[in-house]
Amino acid sequence: MNFPRINRRHLLGTGLVGSWLGLIGASASAALATSSDTPKGHSPHAAGSMMTVGDVDPASNGFDPHSILTDWDRGVTSVDSDGRTVREFLITAEDKEIEIAPGVLFSAWTYNGRVPGPTLRVTEGERLRIVFRNNGSMPHTMHFHGIHGASMDGLTGAGEVEPGGEFTYRFDAYPFGCHLYHCHSIPLKRHIHKGLYGGFIIDPDPDLHPDLDPQAIAIARSRQHGTPENAIWQEMVMVMNGFDTNFDDENEVYAVNTVAHAYAKQPIAIARDRPVRIYLINITEFDQINSFHLHANFFDYHDHGTTLAPTSRTIDTVMLCQGQRGIVEFSFAGFEPGRYMFHAHQSEFAELGWMGHFEVVA
Amino acid sequence: MRQILRIAGPFLMIVLVAIGFVQLDPLAVLRGNAPPVEKLTIELAQINQGELKLRLRAESSEAMSVAQVQVDGAYWKFEQTPPGPLSRLRTAWITMNYPWVQGESHHITVLTNTGATFDYAIDVAMSTPDPASSLGWFLGLIGLFVGMVPVTLGMLFFPALRAAGPGIMAFVLALTMGLLAYLFVDTLSEAQDLAEKSAETLSIRKVVWLVALVTAVGLFMIGRRLGAGSGNGRGPAMLACAIALGIGLHNFGEGLAIGGAFASGAVTLGSFLVIGFTLHNITEGIGIVAPLTDQRPDLLMLCGLSALAGLPAVLGLWVGVQAFSTHWAAIALAVGAGAILQVLIEVGLLIQRRYLDSAAPQPLSSLLVGGVLGLVLMYSTSLIVTV
Repeated sequence: MNFPRINRRHLLGTGLVGSWLGLIGASASAALATSSDTPKGHSPHAAGSMMTVGDVDPASNGFDPHSILTDWDRGVTSVDSDGRTVREFLITAEDKEIEIAPGVLFSAWTYNGRVPGPTLRVTEGERLRIVFRNNGSMPHTMHFHGIHGASMDGLTGAGEVEPGGEFTYRFDAYPFGCHLYHCHSIPLKRHIHKGLYGGFIIDPDPDLHPDLDPQAIAIARSRQHGTPENAIWQEMVMVMNGFDTNFDDENEVYAVNTVAHAYAKQPIAIARDRPVRIYLINITEFDQINSFHLHANFFDYHDHGTTLAPTSRTIDTVMLCQGQRGIVEFSFAGFEPGRYMFHAHQSEFAELGWMGHFEVVA
Repeated sequence: MRQILRIAGPFLMIVLVAIGFVQLDPLAVLRGNAPPVEKLTIELAQINQGELKLRLRAESSEAMSVAQVQVDGAYWKFEQTPPGPLSRLRTAWITMNYPWVQGESHHITVLTNTGATFDYAIDVAMSTPDPASSLGWFLGLIGLFVGMVPVTLGMLFFPALRAAGPGIMAFVLALTMGLLAYLFVDTLSEAQDLAEKSAETLSIRKVVWLVALVTAVGLFMIGRRLGAGSGNGRGPAMLACAIALGIGLHNFGEGLAIGGAFASGAVTLGSFLVIGFTLHNITEGIGIVAPLTDQRPDLLMLCGLSALAGLPAVLGLWVGVQAFSTHWAAIALAVGAGAILQVLIEVGLLIQRRYLDSAAPQPLSSLLVGGVLGLVLMYSTSLIVTV
């Protein structure tokens, strides 16, 4: 956003000539002193006023940021001749107009009609088959952050799919962690910021790590979807994104999971005494970094989620560059129930939509 | 009957062609699914205690909707009156409770439903003054010093002018022409500056030229009918009135500019600035009475002329500090430019009649020097008061 700057030369010149004060000058300052109202810094109105106006209807938008938090796509499993689990997904790219802030429509390119795309959740070591159909108007790919061969990399010439075409990405799920996928067609910036990205979570499989100690095994189990150890965790995915609505290579709207202020207007309910795990992914285009800040509490952070022990302990702000992601773990056990804010600690992003609340209930 | 058909025929054809074109829609192939380019002008901002108000004018070919408003890079709750989509050239106010800071800049971005953005900058925030307040009286005083006082001071040269010989008189009338030429250019360019800030679709720049021309031609014709150009007794008085009116409209523009600059914080109204304006406008008083030297105007008439030329500056200041519509102000100034153009012609004709075509012509050099001096005087004094 470029704003015209006030012409200082004029100010300077008139200020100099104006300093010769006489009768009229004196009455001028007197009149000004009485008439200019100094606004109150914090009127009761102002606190709740910094907010988008209106609500986005999830039904008409086709996806709900509140469901996106937890609607893991587990695909369809089968067992191959080697006895290994094969997990297959069907992803379709399509052009779709989505509402990214109340009343603001964005001509998005989507995976499965939603932004972010489905959160693919698999277990370490599984054989993955991702069938990718392109019903969009442009060539697209799915480039996974994971371990795979060059032909499966999802680049132009390696798994790029023309409109109407189909390609199946095949690779094994390694390493465990919190990852992502996104379109890698060119121009890259546009294919990403138009909405082609999603979470790709590989849960650790303790059976593949026989040398783990019991405590590490327990941690690994707690991260494995569907286990009793995992069930007590309140898990959610947050994809930090932004939207450049006027094509000036700067974002007008920031959010987690697309819809500005979605979790500010309708807080995320948290059971106070159960631990919280956030799969946090930054795919914000145009800005060098994004961040996550939790109010009134501290968390442990696993960068990329590829370790069972935290890479940072007891922090309340974490900074991620584009494509960087990690696992945030904390608990509100014993806390006073109420609303706890979380947001990017770039105030700019927070004020443009990337802000929300946890509603902690005892 | 046949006559009616002759007139109605072309109109009927126009309607048929229009209906046919819309029905067949030959341009459909060009349209694709590209959305219409959106255009929105933020015409004015009003700053009240804890509140910002903006007037928007839609300029797209199709109706557009304001979806969100950012103030200083943050989404802010707002109310739109009247609500709903804005069709072409419609206006609406948006109001936000905002803790703006006295003397600092604030930036506003309006997002439409397509995500297009339109920016507006408040360079230096201060409350929009209320003319009914003490500030109103103070501004009135400034207006008097900018308009009335210099014109009246200039008119004090009247006895001296009467006593002067025809050589000096010719020189003074030529000086008046130079002054008027300056005022014409100044008023017109001020009108164009305001037109630039107006909604583009209204084409105010064109309107300014047209209004100025129509005013000049109209006043010229009225003046002829009333005898301004004739050598009889009423002529010079009419001409003086016309000059006073033109100068008055120019001074309205001057008041507008000072008021606007004051409200936006771009200028401090120091004494020197006001005295500068007084000096700048003294020549105007001389110009008004120049055609009257062979007359015996009474005091009432002189006061009337001075009020006609000077008081509009007060009005201009009052309007200028408000959030005013730039397009209406531009049109008012265009009327002023037209009025000045008319008196410029009339004074030219008077000089020709009295000093060039007459039995005792005055030297051309003195007329040329007078004219150029008028321009130089106005231009050089304007340098100290540019707002």
